Amino acid sequence: MTYVGMPTPKETPQETMAKIAGSAKGMKVVIVGGGVSGLSAGWWLARSGAEVTVLDKGIVGWEASGRNGGGASHYQSPLFEEEQRMWPHMDALLGYPTEHQQERLVIAVSPKQLNQYHYLAKMNNDMGYRVDLLDGDQVRSMVPLAGDNCLGGMHYRFGGHANPQRSVQAYAWALQDLGGRIYQHSPVTGFETVGGKVTAVHATSGRHECDAVVVAAGPQIQALMAKLGVEVPLAAARAEMIVTEPAPMMPIGGVDGNGLYGRQTLRGNLAYGGGPHEWLETFEAGPPARPSSPLTRNLARRVAELFPKAAHLNVIRSWAGIVENTPDGRPIIDRMKDPENVTVITMSGVGFGLSPASGHAVRDLVVDGACSFTDIAKISLSRFDGIGADWREQRGWQAPKAA
Amino acid sequence: MHINNGTDPHAIGTKLPAPEARYDMVVVGAGPAGLTAALAGAGEGKSVLLVDENPIPGAAMGNDVPLLFGGRMTTATQNAERMLETVFMSEPMLEAAMDAGVEVLLGTSAWGVYRNGAGITGLPENVVALADKDRGWIVGYNELVLATGARDLAIGFPGWNQPGVMGAAALERLLAHYEAFAGKRILIVGSHNLALETALLARDKGVDVAGLVEVRSAPQGDAALAEAVRAAQIPFYLEDAPAEAIGGIDGVERVRLRSGAEIAVDTVVLAIGLVPSIELIDAMGGKRVLDGARGGYIPGDNDGVTCVGDCAGLADTGFDHVDYRMEWARELGKLSKGDTIVCQCEEVTRADLLGVQPPRYLERPAPMQARSLDTLIKDGPPNPDQIKRLTRAGMGVCQGRRCRDQVAMMLAMAADGPFGSVPLATHRAPVRPLPLRILADWEESEEMRAGWDVWFGIPTQWVPYRDIDTPREREHQTAIAEGWSL
Ligand SMILES: Cc1cc2nc3c(=O)[nH]c(=O)nc-3n(C[C@H](O)[C@H](O)[C@H](O)COP(=O)(O)OP(=O)(O)OC[C@H]3O[C@@H](n4cnc5c(N)ncnc54)[C@H](O)[C@@H]3O)c2cc1C
Repeated sequence: MTYVGMPTPKETPQETMAKIAGSAKGMKVVIVGGGVSGLSAGWWLARSGAEVTVLDKGIVGWEASGRNGGGASHYQSPLFEEEQRMWPHMDALLGYPTEHQQERLVIAVSPKQLNQYHYLAKMNNDMGYRVDLLDGDQVRSMVPLAGDNCLGGMHYRFGGHANPQRSVQAYAWALQDLGGRIYQHSPVTGFETVGGKVTAVHATSGRHECDAVVVAAGPQIQALMAKLGVEVPLAAARAEMIVTEPAPMMPIGGVDGNGLYGRQTLRGNLAYGGGPHEWLETFEAGPPARPSSPLTRNLARRVAELFPKAAHLNVIRSWAGIVENTPDGRPIIDRMKDPENVTVITMSGVGFGLSPASGHAVRDLVVDGACSFTDIAKISLSRFDGIGADWREQRGWQAPKAA
Repeated sequence: MHINNGTDPHAIGTKLPAPEARYDMVVVGAGPAGLTAALAGAGEGKSVLLVDENPIPGAAMGNDVPLLFGGRMTTATQNAERMLETVFMSEPMLEAAMDAGVEVLLGTSAWGVYRNGAGITGLPENVVALADKDRGWIVGYNELVLATGARDLAIGFPGWNQPGVMGAAALERLLAHYEAFAGKRILIVGSHNLALETALLARDKGVDVAGLVEVRSAPQGDAALAEAVRAAQIPFYLEDAPAEAIGGIDGVERVRLRSGAEIAVDTVVLAIGLVPSIELIDAMGGKRVLDGARGGYIPGDNDGVTCVGDCAGLADTGFDHVDYRMEWARELGKLSKGDTIVCQCEEVTRADLLGVQPPRYLERPAPMQARSLDTLIKDGPPNPDQIKRLTRAGMGVCQGRRCRDQVAMMLAMAADGPFGSVPLATHRAPVRPLPLRILADWEESEEMRAGWDVWFGIPTQWVPYRDIDTPREREHQTAIAEGWSL
C-alpha cells in the first residue's frame, strides 16, 4: 500500500500509532472548527490519548472541507510525503470509508497546457516523485472519456483523491470512537486566559476547560485569534464546482487538465472545479451564503473539452465553497508564543488532501512543541510579521465594497 | 453593475458575461397563471419573454424530471415536433400571448436565477439562465414572474420503484397536454381534491379507474367532487393503503392493499399531494416559508420576483397538506421493508438511509455498521444535505425529485419532530439535469479565457517547499504563472 512514485516510508502508520499511543494521556484539548484540519488534528490527538473536544459553529465539514475537489496530490507541501504515507491506510485506521484512490493523470488539450504539464513533471521528478509523460494515444487508452483533441499528459505515480464529505465524517466518527466529543451548532465566542495560557473556551454549548487549544476555524481564524491579540492574515474567497450524472468508470478517476481539477467519484460522477474565484470578507460568523454563479457554464465547457466523450452527460448540481487564503498561499501551522498553548492551522486552500499529515503536525506541536517528521519552519505565522493592514489591497484581493 | 474593484486577474471581476437579451418581464411557466401574467405585462407595453419547458425531452421524462412520469408515456413523446404541436394546441392562450407580442419559447427550461447578494457580487446584473435542446444562454430582466406550478409528491412503498408508479401531475400532463398516457387501468392513492380531480379527468379521458385508496376513514376532498367520483362508480378503499405493487417486465400488474384486497391495474397514481415548484427560488437563495395549508414550502417575499399560480402555494382550503402527507408517510413506512428502495437513482434502501450506510460499492467495516441515524442525531438535528452526502439518497440524476420529500419526512419521524423541524434539502442550479455541451458557454469572453486558472493563480503557492527562499523559487513562479491563462 505504498506508491510506485514515492520514496519508501521509514515506518508504517501502524508503527507510528503505536509510538504515539498514550503520549498525551490526560491532556484536555479543545479544537475550534470541525473541518478536516481540526478533525484530523483531533483524531491524531485522541490517538495519543488526549481528551479531545471539537466545537463547530455548524455541522462537521459544512464549509470547505465538505465542498472541495477531493484532490490529494500537493507535492509542493512539506507535509506531502507524510500525507502519501498515511492515505492508503486511512480507511483501516479510521474504521470508515473515505473512498481514497491512488494516482492521478493530468491531460492537455492545448500546446500551452502540455508545456506547463511537462514543466510540472520535471519539477516532480527532480524531487524524486515519479511522473511519466504520456502522448495523446496513451492518454486515450487510459482515459476512455478523452477525445481526439487530447495532445498528451502526465501520469503521477503518486497522489490521488478521496470523497470529502465521507472523509470528514470518517474523521469525526473515528474521533468519537476514541472517546472524543464533538459539539455541533456550537460557535466559539471567546477564550479565558490565565498567565499566558488559554484555560477555557467559551461556546454556545458552554464553557470548555482545556490544557491546549487548536484553532482550525478556516477563514474565521482571523476573528478568533484577534480575540487573543494575534493577527492572522487571511482572505476568504468563493470557489465553484459542478457535477455530472455518472459516467462509465475510468481506470484512474483522478483526471485533471484544461484548467480544471476534480475527480470521477466511485459512483462515476464527474465532479470538477476551477476558474475565477470571488474574494469575500472573512465574516466572523461564517459565510452568510455560498451561491454559485453562471460560471457553471464555463466549467461545463471545460469539462466537455476535457472529456469530449462525456459531453452528452447531464450536469445535475453546482455548488460553491469558501476557501481560506494566506498572503502567499501557503499554510500556517504554528504554535503561538502567547498564549503559548494555542496552535493555529490553516491550509490556504489545499487542506483536504494534506489532512492526514496536517493533523499529525498539529498533534506534534500540541504535545511535543515541534513537528517530528518534517521541517515546517517556513510555514510559521511569523513570516507575516508586520505585513501591514493593506495586504489584501496590495494583492488586488479586496472584497467588494457594499454597493 | 460590477462593484468588485480588486485587480487580481484571476478573480471573477467583470468576467461573467452580460445577458444576451433583456426583457422588462421574464415569465417562467406557460400554464394559465404564467400566461395571464405575460398577457398582462404585454398589455402594459412591456417586452415580455415567456418560457416553458414543455414538451419535456424524452430523456428527462425517463428520469422523472420534472414530474413523476413512471415510465408510462407512449412513444409519441419521442417525436419532438409532434409534441411541440400537441402542447401548443392544448393551451389556446399561447396563441393569444403571441398575438399580444409576447415572445414565447417552448421546450425551453429556466435552470437558474442569479442575483447579486450575500456571497456574490460578480454578476453584471440579475439574470435568468435558460436552455433549449440546442444551447444554454442567459437573459436579463426587470421583473421576474415564476409560474412554475407544482410537482409530484412521491412516497415509496414496496414495489414503487418500477414502471407504472407515477404522480398525479405527470398523469395530468400526459392526458391533458401530451395525449400520451400509456396506461389503461389505474389505482389512485389519496382522496383529497387532487386525487378526486385526477379520477374524474382519467375517467373523462377514457382511462379505467379501479379506485381510490385512502389511509383515513373518509374521502378527504371536497364533498361534491367525492360525490361525482362515487356517481362514476369509482370505489373508495378507506382506511387502507397500498402494501405492494406487484409487476413484471413492463412494470406494475397489480396492487395488494393492506386489507388484503388485490387490484389488477397497470398504473398506480400517487395523488397524495403536490409540492410547489420552488426550485428556482431556493437555488437563487431566495426566501421561503413552510405553509402546510398551501402545500409545504412556498416562496417568501423576494425582491423583484413574483410567484403566481401553484408555485406560489396551493389554494388554501383549510386542509393541512403536510399533516396529511405525514400520515401517509407513516403508514407507507410501516408497510415498507428494510430493502424497500427510497432513492431510485442511487438505489438507497430504507434500511441504509436510516442506518446512514454508504452505497454498496463501499465496504462497511464494523464501526461503520454500528452507525445509524440514531447515533447521528445525538450530534445534532438531522440535516437532509448531510445524510444525502453519506447515503447518496437524492444525489442522482432525477436531482432528488423522487425522494427528497420522503427523505425529509423520514428524518422528521426518526427525530420525533414535526416536518418543519428538518431543514429543506438545498436546491442548486441547474435545477434541471442538462448536458455539459448544452450548458457550456461556447462563446466566452477573452477576459474569461485569459484570467482562467485551475486554482487561485497564486504562484508562490505551488513552489516546492525545499525551493522556498532559494534562487529556484523565482524560476518556478515564473514558469508556473506563464502556464496560466490557457
Ligand atoms: C470548491 C473547493 C475545492 C477545493 N478543492 C480542493 C482539493 O481538491 N484538494 C484539497 O486539498 N483542497 C481543496 N480545497 C480546499 C480545502 O477544502 C480546504 O483547504 C480545507 O477543507 C480546509 O479545511 P479546514 O478544516 O482548515 O477549514 P474549514 O473546512 O473551513 O473548516 C473550518 C471549520 O471551522 C468552523 N468554525 C468557524 N468559525 C467557528 C467558530 N467561531 N466556532 C466554532 N467553529 C467555527 C466552521 O464551521 C468549519 O466547519 C477546495 C476548497 C473548495 C471550496
